Amino acid sequence: MIRQSSSVMRTVTLLAGVLFQIIPLPSGLDLARPYLLALFLCYWCLETPEKTGLGTAFIYGLLSDLFSSGLLGEQALRLVIMAFLVSRFRARLRFFPLWQQALAIFALLLNDRLIMSLLHWLVNDSALSWVAWLSPVLGMLLWPWLFVAIDMLRLRARERS
Amino acid sequence: MVYASSSAKRFSDSASETLPLLAYLIFAVALMLTDHRMNLGIQARAQLSVLIEPVWWLASLPSRMWSGVDDELATRQALQDRNERLARELQIVNARMQRMSAITDENQRLRDLLNATRNGNMQVQMVSILDVDLNPYQQRIVLNAGAYQGVKVGQAIMDAGGILGQVIEVSNNKSTALLVTDADHAIPVQVARSGFRSIAFGTGEPNRLVISDIPQSADIRKGDLLVTSGMGGRFPAGFPVAVIESLNADETGLFMVGRAKPAARLDRGLEVLLVNEIIPNPAPAPVSAPEIKAAPVVIDTAGKTDAAQKTGAGEKPATDNATPAKSDKP
Repeated sequence: MIRQSSSVMRTVTLLAGVLFQIIPLPSGLDLARPYLLALFLCYWCLETPEKTGLGTAFIYGLLSDLFSSGLLGEQALRLVIMAFLVSRFRARLRFFPLWQQALAIFALLLNDRLIMSLLHWLVNDSALSWVAWLSPVLGMLLWPWLFVAIDMLRLRARERS
Repeated sequence: MVYASSSAKRFSDSASETLPLLAYLIFAVALMLTDHRMNLGIQARAQLSVLIEPVWWLASLPSRMWSGVDDELATRQALQDRNERLARELQIVNARMQRMSAITDENQRLRDLLNATRNGNMQVQMVSILDVDLNPYQQRIVLNAGAYQGVKVGQAIMDAGGILGQVIEVSNNKSTALLVTDADHAIPVQVARSGFRSIAFGTGEPNRLVISDIPQSADIRKGDLLVTSGMGGRFPAGFPVAVIESLNADETGLFMVGRAKPAARLDRGLEVLLVNEIIPNPAPAPVSAPEIKAAPVVIDTAGKTDAAQKTGAGEKPATDNATPAKSDKP
């Protein structure tokens, strides 16, 4: 029962992350859109590593590519790399205090942006604007809140069952 | 790349982790390559439209709800002001149209005298933009009409300002359009003043077009209006595309590079005009197109709208804000 509610929540949050990629934001701000999908993926890679692996990352990345009309496989690639790094350093990341964890997430998101700008440069040599580099910062600031919120939701689901 | 520690045990451990990683990476890169070279994405999105359309609809929900709330909260005074302003604008545009129609009539007579080809009628359809943020590095929009509404790949879209782009993907009820500012887009243009022809390329930035390789001798200046030249047959001739903002010598010093600002005023939540094919003979204007849900409006390039069209157009006075095609040759 616990497992079930947890896996439902995983699917819901990841799909919400995919949806958030295409929800309209004020123009100009859409370049700095925090990568919620990656944050959710990091959370589930840390908490339920046996259920969330590279395959999950690939599938949700591909879904996001499909919906946001981007290059097919781009986000899949970026998320697979992110999931790999998180699972690699999981043992350490898990026992970091929250603020230190947020810093690690910032590094991961920054790495993700670098990969993204490399891919963009390869495909149509257009440089990212400076606003795009705000996205990892926003992601870092969001991380503690997201982490605590999902933890609380899971706890409540566990109590109810 | 990440290497943890170099002991043999760890190595075999990491090999079992890195193999799937490599497999996924190779798969993703292969996908990207096929999409880049063969437009796999367009086909995939067309096949999966049943899945994608509801998600787009869901994503546009917040902004639609917000605009609904905004309409509800609008004060009576604000609405009256807007109404007054629109009525005034309509009067001005109407007056301009009257003058224009006299000129186009004259133009047509002169063309008849010269035995030149006549300009055909153009059929347009009002379509709303779905408020969804696609990949911010591409200049694309989603239109709220698809194959069921008669949208086809390659149709030009424009708004009150000028040419906006063209349709590249069509699913059942939605379609995706490439804007003229997308890095993948190029549009044949002509300087309205001098008739100098060139091609305007998109840059990926929302407010910039580039015209490269302009000969030093070309008659083109800052502030010139670029209109579609009609070459290639995809865009109707004579519609505004962009205004030249600056001209500089390129690296070789032999040619000039022009930067231009798009004429179309792309605003969220606005409706755009979808240009159907140009009908060669203006006399029997096709009034009924039953399979098209949104009432098609026929703009006569002579500037007049048929009485039958006015009734057919229903409550949308769309014919008034579309500029009639100017003569495409000086």
